[in-house]
Amino acid sequence: MLNIKILGSGCANCKRLEAVVRKVVAEKGTEAEIEKVTDYAEVMKYRILSTPGLVIDEKLMSAGRIPSETDIARWLAQASAQQSA
Amino acid sequence: MVHPVKLHRSDGFAVLKVAIVAVVWWVAHSALQPVTEWLAYDLIGLARNSHLGQSMAFFLYDVPKILLLLSAMIFLISIVRTFFSPERTRALLGGRRQGIGNVLAAMLGIVTPFCSCSAVPLFIGFVESGIPLGVTFSFLIAAPVINEVAVVLLYGLFGWRIAGLYIASGLTIAIVAGVIIGRLHMERYVEDFVWQLPAAQGGFEEHLAWTDRISRAWQSVKDIVGKVWLYVIAGIAVGAVIHGYVPESALAGIMGKQAWWSVPAAVLLGIPLYSNAAGVIPIVSALMEKGASLGTVLAFMMSVVGLSLPEMIILRRVLKPQLIAVFIGTVGVAIIITGYLFNLVL
Repeated sequence: MLNIKILGSGCANCKRLEAVVRKVVAEKGTEAEIEKVTDYAEVMKYRILSTPGLVIDEKLMSAGRIPSETDIARWLAQASAQQSA
Repeated sequence: MVHPVKLHRSDGFAVLKVAIVAVVWWVAHSALQPVTEWLAYDLIGLARNSHLGQSMAFFLYDVPKILLLLSAMIFLISIVRTFFSPERTRALLGGRRQGIGNVLAAMLGIVTPFCSCSAVPLFIGFVESGIPLGVTFSFLIAAPVINEVAVVLLYGLFGWRIAGLYIASGLTIAIVAGVIIGRLHMERYVEDFVWQLPAAQGGFEEHLAWTDRISRAWQSVKDIVGKVWLYVIAGIAVGAVIHGYVPESALAGIMGKQAWWSVPAAVLLGIPLYSNAAGVIPIVSALMEKGASLGTVLAFMMSVVGLSLPEMIILRRVLKPQLIAVFIGTVGVAIIITGYLFNLVL
C-alpha cells in the first residue's frame, strides 16, 4: 500500500493535482492512501518552496507544478516495485 | 547548477515541432491586419468612420493579436523559467547582504516561476535559510508586479517603451520597498512558528531535458492562456466600445494629470482587483486614448498585480498584521510616487 501526500493549502493547483493523482491511482488499480497535508509546518518538512508538492512513500517527487499522468503512473509503478522488493 | 545544452534525438523532434509552430504563428500574425480589416469593412460591411465600424475593427484585430502575442511570449518566458526554480533562486540569494541582495532578488523575481498561492512556503523557505527579510520582500514584491501577462499586454497595447518603463518601475519599487522593510527590522512581526521550523537547505532539484522544458512551457501556455483568455476578450470588448464611442479627452478631467487625486484613487481601486489584470489592461489602454494619463494608468496596473487582497490573506499566515500593514503601506506609497513621477515627466 502506497502512501501519497499532496502538500499545499487548498490552492487551485493542489486540488487539480489531487484529482489527477486519484484518477491515475484508480486507472492503474494502485493500492494507495491519499493524504492532503495543509499545515505549513508539516508541508515545510519536505523542504519545498512552491506548492503543490507530491510525496510518494515519503519521497518528494514534484513541487510547484502538476506532473503529467504518465509521470505519476511511472512514479507509482516505481514505488510499488520498491515496496515489494 | 548550469547544465550544458545537450540535444538528444527526441529533443530534435520537439525543437522541430516548435519551429513549425513558430512559422504558423508568424504567418497568422502578419495576416492579421489585412484579414480583420477585410472582415470588418468588406465582409460585415461596416463604414470605416462609423462608431460601430471602429469598435468592431478594434475588437477583431486586438483579440487575436493579443492572444497570439500572449501565447508566444508566455512560451518563451516559460522556457527561460525552467532554468530558474525557486530553489535555485534561494541558493543565489543565500548569503547576500542588504542592497545588492535586494537588487538581485527583484531581478530574480522576474524569471523565477511564482504563484501567489506559493507565497507562504516560499517566504518560509527564504527567511529560515537566512535570507534577510527585506531581500525576501524585494522578491515577493517583484515577482507578482512584473507579471508576464501584464507585461505582454502592455507591450501589445502600448508598445515596448511603456512595457519597459513598467518593468523598470516595478524593479525600483521592489528594491526600495524591500530596503525600507529591511531597515525597519521587523523580524519580530513574522509569525513565531516560522522561526521555530528547522532550517532547511538544498531541497528539490530536477534535471530537465529540452523535451521536458518544451512540454512544460507548452503546459504553462495552456494553463495561463486558458485562465485569462476570457478576461482578455471581455476587456478588449469594453475597450472597443470606449474606443469607438467615448469622445476624445472625455476623461482628461477625472483621470488626467490635472486631477491630483487620481493616482492614489487608482492605487486604492487596484487592491481588490486581482485576477482581472488581464481584462483591465485593454480597458485602461482605451481610457488612455481618451485622456487618462500614463502615470495614473501604470499606478493602477501595479496596484492590481502587486497589492492583491487574496495574497495578503495568504501572507497573513506567516506575517503579523503590523508587517502586512507596513508591506501594503510601503508598496502603496512607492506606487503612488511612481505614478506622480510619470505624470510629471511624460
